[in-house]
Amino acid sequence: MTGHVEERTDPRVAFEAAKLGVWAFLATEVLLFGALFTAYTVFRIQYPQLFYEQHLKLNRILGTVNTLVLISSSLLVALGVNAIRRGKTRFMVICYGATVLLGAVFLCVKYVEWTEEFHKGLYPGTNIFFSLYFMMTGLHGIHVLAGMCVLAYVAVLAHRGRFSESYYTPVELSGLYWHFVDLVWIYLLPLLYLIG
Amino acid sequence: MNGEPETGRGYLEERGWRSWAYTMDHKRIGVMYLCTTIAFFFIGGIFALLLRLELLSPQAKYFSDHAYNVFFTLHGAMMIFLFIIPAIPSGLGNFFIPMHIGARDVAFPRLNLASYWIFVAGFLVVIASLVSPMDTGWTFYTPYSAKTGAAVATLSFGIFLIGMSSILTGLNFIVTIHMMRAPGMTWHRMPLFLWGMYATSIIQVIATPVVGVTFLLLAMERIFGVAFFDPSKGGDPVLFQHFFWFYSHPVVYVMILPAMGIISEVIPVFSRKPIFGYKAIAYSSLAIAFLGFLVWGHHMFTSGMSPLANAFFSFLTFFVAVPTAVKVFNWIATLYKGSITFEAPMLYALTFIFLFAVGGLTGPFLGALATDVQLHDTYFVVAHFHYTMMGGTVMGFFAGLHYWFPKMTGKMLNEKVARIAWALVFLGFNVTFFTMFITGFEGMPRRYAEYLPRYHVENVISSIGSAILAVGILVMFWNFLQGIRKGPPAPGNPWRALTLEWQTSSPPITENFPEIPVVTDWPYGYGEPKGRTA
Repeated sequence: MTGHVEERTDPRVAFEAAKLGVWAFLATEVLLFGALFTAYTVFRIQYPQLFYEQHLKLNRILGTVNTLVLISSSLLVALGVNAIRRGKTRFMVICYGATVLLGAVFLCVKYVEWTEEFHKGLYPGTNIFFSLYFMMTGLHGIHVLAGMCVLAYVAVLAHRGRFSESYYTPVELSGLYWHFVDLVWIYLLPLLYLIG
Repeated sequence: MNGEPETGRGYLEERGWRSWAYTMDHKRIGVMYLCTTIAFFFIGGIFALLLRLELLSPQAKYFSDHAYNVFFTLHGAMMIFLFIIPAIPSGLGNFFIPMHIGARDVAFPRLNLASYWIFVAGFLVVIASLVSPMDTGWTFYTPYSAKTGAAVATLSFGIFLIGMSSILTGLNFIVTIHMMRAPGMTWHRMPLFLWGMYATSIIQVIATPVVGVTFLLLAMERIFGVAFFDPSKGGDPVLFQHFFWFYSHPVVYVMILPAMGIISEVIPVFSRKPIFGYKAIAYSSLAIAFLGFLVWGHHMFTSGMSPLANAFFSFLTFFVAVPTAVKVFNWIATLYKGSITFEAPMLYALTFIFLFAVGGLTGPFLGALATDVQLHDTYFVVAHFHYTMMGGTVMGFFAGLHYWFPKMTGKMLNEKVARIAWALVFLGFNVTFFTMFITGFEGMPRRYAEYLPRYHVENVISSIGSAILAVGILVMFWNFLQGIRKGPPAPGNPWRALTLEWQTSSPPITENFPEIPVVTDWPYGYGEPKGRTA
């Protein structure tokens, strides 16, 4: 009785359904981060001076490096999806593998940054700016980690020949998720690092 | 009704716990949700009875104040998060959404099973939090929730998981309704239960992440001292209330919209008349979902929000009454000159309309600023939301359980016992909660174990009513058990209803329909010779 539905569903409908599902899921993610962005707005309006002074303590260079890392990874994902559409599985696996590596680089840089901040005595409870900073980048980091797991899994499946130009739903949808994670960072960078 | 193979037990054919724990059949998952949520309904009910027992006397007599706080917190938290929110959508919705649209299952059966087990993980964590039980009320308001010694972080995490399960279920339903409809099942031929469920799912998907992150922040405040809600570090406790109600007000409609959907099914079947104002009822569900997102501030009139914001929220709140009234008037118009019969589902549906009208009409007292300042946090509020939540949602749930019992179990209920149970529930409910309107109007505040002696009589009446209500509910569920054990076999379509779930065997076969049906008409053509072409 397991999977009695999948056998009968038209593959085109299944693809559309999966796509709609992921978009709806991304809507929940927007709302998840949306609450934090709302809190950010409220507190920045309340304490503009504090936000300016505190943000100077962040490492802008590492923040910029991480932005470049994530944008490059998004490009690789797009290339990967494009490759599988034309049936080039090998190239797609390379792209997704490289993306996972860049994700790891991002997290390592983040680790260095957080360590630096802890050494300066800046903790999540220090003040409202750093509460926001650690919560937002922390939640984003968890999403990067989750994205890496998904992309790695999809790459392994692709390596085993599970996808072709006629069936690549998981490749496209996991890529969509990665673009979302990237996009969140694009908003975090100016809001946290580039206030002044 | 069709020539389907008669297996007798349909989707219930396979036995053993594995056939349930690993099932991807939406019907079995729905049944598992129903059993789980009903169990919590009973546990939450026991807490309610303990509260009423304590309130028999003006002085604290049986329990300490702290125990009383724990009881009302657990009553609220369990009833809301573990019963009312999941019961109709995840239980009855899971069972009947695919059947209503003529599909074999939901769009993502595996995800559906996963969301059930995430729900189980969630309530296990909630139970684990009982080692140091919550005493904050179900609203978790800061700063107290950030400071109390109770297991706030654990309970928050449990509710986070339950929320995740609710998001995944809502997402699954949205995709199912969009993608899995049978040939000919256009949007305007869908049963109204589906419109209600669709609106519900949208709210679940959009609102739940916000409360998830709120509880995450609360847990972080307790663990790492983040400053979001802590004024000494620049945070704002009122922000917690905003976040909390941004979820918890829309979720009121997650509770009520599916129940309204059930009523829209039951009323035409037992009046033998086409539903009046199909499109008005359908779109009012979406309107309620939309407006529901704009009114959360009416829970916070006394929180120190700006008077301008108060005025806006108050004004917007009155707007919600419009689509709600649209539904009620259309139901009444459906009843008008119908050939009404009073089987148990219909009795509960009519009870819904009556009690929900009382609950709805006492809303403006609380939505208007001037009266709310007087009535805020009194028993008037308790009475109001029990009339809407229990008199509304739970009565709708009972209507649905009685209506679909033959379909789900393949057995008929004892109608006479069902009516006795209904009479007890109706009587007990009104004795308990109508009295509370008066108690509240006289000024008795909620959430205290002790009260002034002048409220004594009203509280004794409420407590007696709660006992009658409890007996009624026990009789009802005893009747369900008797029905499952030795009820006569149900025909495919005992109510002569036109929606698709009744056009297959009772209980349905695992694949729901022998052949995917082709839909040519709307499902409400009762008493029409040839039906209407939509």
